[in-house]
Amino acid sequence: MLENTPKEITKRSALVVNPAKTCQPIGAMYAALGIHGCLPHSHGSQGCCSFHRMHLTRHFRDPIVASTSSFTEGACVFGGKSNLKKGLETVFEIYNPDVVAVNTTCLSETIGDDLTEIIRDTKIPEGKHVIYANTPSYYGSHVNGFSNMTKAIVSHLVNDEKIIENGKLAIIPGYVEPSDMSEVKRILKLIGIPFIMFPDTSEVVNTPNTGKYEMYPDGGVTVDEIKDLGNCEATVAMGKFASEAAAFELEKKSDVEAHTIKVPLGIKATDDMIMKFLELTGKSIPKELETERGQLVDIMVDIHNHYHGKKVAIFGDPDIVIAMTEFAISLGLIPTSILTGTPGNAFEKQINEMLEQAGIEDAKVKASGDLMDLHQWIKNEPVDMLIGNTYGKYIARAENIPLVRLGFPILDRVGHSYFPSVGYKGAMRIIEKISTAFLDKYDMECAEEDFELVM
Amino acid sequence: MKDDLNKVVDKILDKYPAKVMKNRKEHILIKDSNENKEISANTRTLPGIITNRGCAYAGCKGVVIGPIVDMVHITHGPVGCAYYTWSTRRNKGRTREGSKNFINYSFTTDMQESDIVFGGDKKLAQAIKEAVEIFNPKAISIAATCPVGLIGDDIQAVAKKAQKEYGIPVLSFSCEGYKGVSQSAGHHIANNNLMREVIGTVDIPVEDQKQFMINILGEYNIGGDEWEIKRVLNKIGYTVNTTMTGDAEYEDIAKAHNSDLNIIQCHRSINYIAEMIEIKYGMPWMKVNFIGIENMSQTLRNMAKFFDNEELYARTETVITEEVEAIKDEMKHYKNMCKGKTAMLFVGGSRAHHYQGLLKEIGMDTIMAGYEFGHRDDYEGRDVIPYIKLDADTRNIEEIKVEKDEKKYRLRIPIERLEQLKKELPINDYPGLVVDMKDQTIVIDDLNHLETEMVIKALKPSFFGSGVKDKYIVQKMGIYSKQMHSYDYSGPYAGFRGAVNFARDTAAGIHTPAWSYTIPPWKKEPILKGKINTEGVEEVC
Repeated sequence: MLENTPKEITKRSALVVNPAKTCQPIGAMYAALGIHGCLPHSHGSQGCCSFHRMHLTRHFRDPIVASTSSFTEGACVFGGKSNLKKGLETVFEIYNPDVVAVNTTCLSETIGDDLTEIIRDTKIPEGKHVIYANTPSYYGSHVNGFSNMTKAIVSHLVNDEKIIENGKLAIIPGYVEPSDMSEVKRILKLIGIPFIMFPDTSEVVNTPNTGKYEMYPDGGVTVDEIKDLGNCEATVAMGKFASEAAAFELEKKSDVEAHTIKVPLGIKATDDMIMKFLELTGKSIPKELETERGQLVDIMVDIHNHYHGKKVAIFGDPDIVIAMTEFAISLGLIPTSILTGTPGNAFEKQINEMLEQAGIEDAKVKASGDLMDLHQWIKNEPVDMLIGNTYGKYIARAENIPLVRLGFPILDRVGHSYFPSVGYKGAMRIIEKISTAFLDKYDMECAEEDFELVM
Repeated sequence: MKDDLNKVVDKILDKYPAKVMKNRKEHILIKDSNENKEISANTRTLPGIITNRGCAYAGCKGVVIGPIVDMVHITHGPVGCAYYTWSTRRNKGRTREGSKNFINYSFTTDMQESDIVFGGDKKLAQAIKEAVEIFNPKAISIAATCPVGLIGDDIQAVAKKAQKEYGIPVLSFSCEGYKGVSQSAGHHIANNNLMREVIGTVDIPVEDQKQFMINILGEYNIGGDEWEIKRVLNKIGYTVNTTMTGDAEYEDIAKAHNSDLNIIQCHRSINYIAEMIEIKYGMPWMKVNFIGIENMSQTLRNMAKFFDNEELYARTETVITEEVEAIKDEMKHYKNMCKGKTAMLFVGGSRAHHYQGLLKEIGMDTIMAGYEFGHRDDYEGRDVIPYIKLDADTRNIEEIKVEKDEKKYRLRIPIERLEQLKKELPINDYPGLVVDMKDQTIVIDDLNHLETEMVIKALKPSFFGSGVKDKYIVQKMGIYSKQMHSYDYSGPYAGFRGAVNFARDTAAGIHTPAWSYTIPPWKKEPILKGKINTEGVEEVC
């Protein structure tokens, strides 16, 4: 497996091998799915839209429906105006969404199609909305696409004027699973905090099978809720890379104070989130949550010996990797190789601070890296475990190290869209996965006389 | 029944605005053997219709070129295109001894804003240099993506220069996603370049030439299909010289012209090369179908007839008997589970036809079929080719002309015999999908989301064979949907053993106990509330 990857590292300035990111529009498509009654629309040639739908479908094993402008060569020369206009007319006529969320691709961005002008010039049915975000694939990654569309939700749909304070918190959960969004909502409800979460893909991309297909499932933040966002008390944006831009936009537009926290993955990040909630609302902590936290600490103490002092490599999207690195440190693991494909100095800065605080030296940290980088690091400095998305499985097999699947995408296992990784519950689940992965490997490989019943 | 189907179609068309209706009407056909109806195909996709189609890059790099195992395939573009074609199509490939295999890798120039502004030529040249220095592959391909054509990067020039500098073939494919109207344009672009640059460049010495040496064209080894086909062919006594392009190495393709016969599985993606090889090298091609026991057996018999060798005839019959014997009990078991069920097939450009025989063998009728990007000849047969009008969207796809290679051209069998055989065998011929369908079935080209939902609701099949984008939509409707591109990560489905795998998977999919739980019990039957309260037993529903 991957036997062509040499141990010796040579500098690459042009060739990316096995990317640790993908392009913007898929993130925008995912964010758009978090609006109730919304059909994402890809303004480009149809290959992009197909790829993005396929990839999200493989990750969620649920229908992911989106339309496209289906550019032809002619449209590339004359601009995609007529394609988008016709596309929107057809979409509203046939599929009747409440909202169409248009994203762009490298094609329409390179041509320079002016979405504002085109959409202004298109007749949109009464009571329907078209929002749009520029998502050039040659800038950033899918995380930027998510961030751009989340910001567009605010720019295009939130009421400009503050009418009346609604007493709610605006929650931007970040580029996380629908199960994670549900878990954050559960915690908010336990504490008794009224909120509006956007985007919210729970019950959109993890729908039940009832024998009846619904093109627009029950879930998603409604347009009315979005309009009301400007009346919120404050915004809690989870994950700087995915959520901060929208929170700032809301602050700029409607004077709702923005607070950025980490994605609440791991004990410390969850503590931080809850402290932020309590601080913003003056509420007190419910017994049930305190019990959950105590149970998590109990597990951490009980089975620390399964993993303490083991070296891990962590890769994936920056917000997830930052929180996971912090959690790994709090478990006594030693993160030695930490990488994201998404560009941004904030990643390396935050990770390095955490490592420094924990007294971990000589770790490799990189933003804008690829999985060949990560594999070569591991060949030179072996690790005991890999934590990241499905693409890690090639390295895991090549180097015989267990892979704990976390982040986006997970294409070869199920459960991730139904069970959380965030909150105390999610932290317990991650510990269970880490512990099981180590013990399974031990069980398969240990000498027969060392095989244990109780571990 | 006919009225019913017409009503279904009318109901679908009714949902459309006038212009869309006019367009879609031409892409839907109700099979009636008394009428010779045309179908419109390979035309541009209607914006906003929610198509299943992909692009020319997917057709070129994703389908035809990507499976070649020992090449480094560099996608010149922003990161997405390379990323989405990384190990998602299950064209399997083994590493040959002493050779290299890059099938688990994804290579891209990951174009950035500055590359769009100042051009990406330099970065591409540097990427090739790094690929050569780090991986030392036998050959390299470059695939263009949407922005490359717009900003005017000259990938041909970069490839030519690199080829000279590094002494290995560097192929460039101008398969920008917006070319043509679907994946189909990408097939054509890939075919052109393989023909122009690769095929015919390596000769097999006469002493190494084998008897009954063939090429399998348009077979991409999804889930190991090609290996299963080859197992049977080898057993009979054939030598597979080249497969295009499942599990192929660069050099296999370079020496394709040395064989005696091209057999074609996927007509759509590779018929260009088959035609050109015949013109240039004198090798005829024959349409085959390895899917299903009957089709597989017929294919083997047709091949034997082409070579007309006593021993080959005998081996063919022995192998067919052995193979069928080995699977017949299991097939019978699955047929008992599936018989009387109905199927719909909506797959790329060939499988919607190929699988109908196999479905029939397990007792299932195909009541609807369609291609994403088939052309009229894939529906109506090659006889219609002279009457196909090229529209503005396809006219820009290059048509290359080849000429007879005076040195390498050789007739495989005498012309008179070939002409005679053409009357008996599908040599240089493909009769298309429609002819094999029963009367009162529907054929729909470029089926979209609305039509999928409506046709399923109206005709309620037990099986919907399509792609991953459709799968979960259909299954939410309570109907088993099998991925006919990826085989739901199973396979092989081709050949004799493949037929059993398909039958087993299909039977399991239709009969999984999960379907019986779709409706919760409290919605199925009245509930007597068992709890006794002060007023006694209370009925709630």
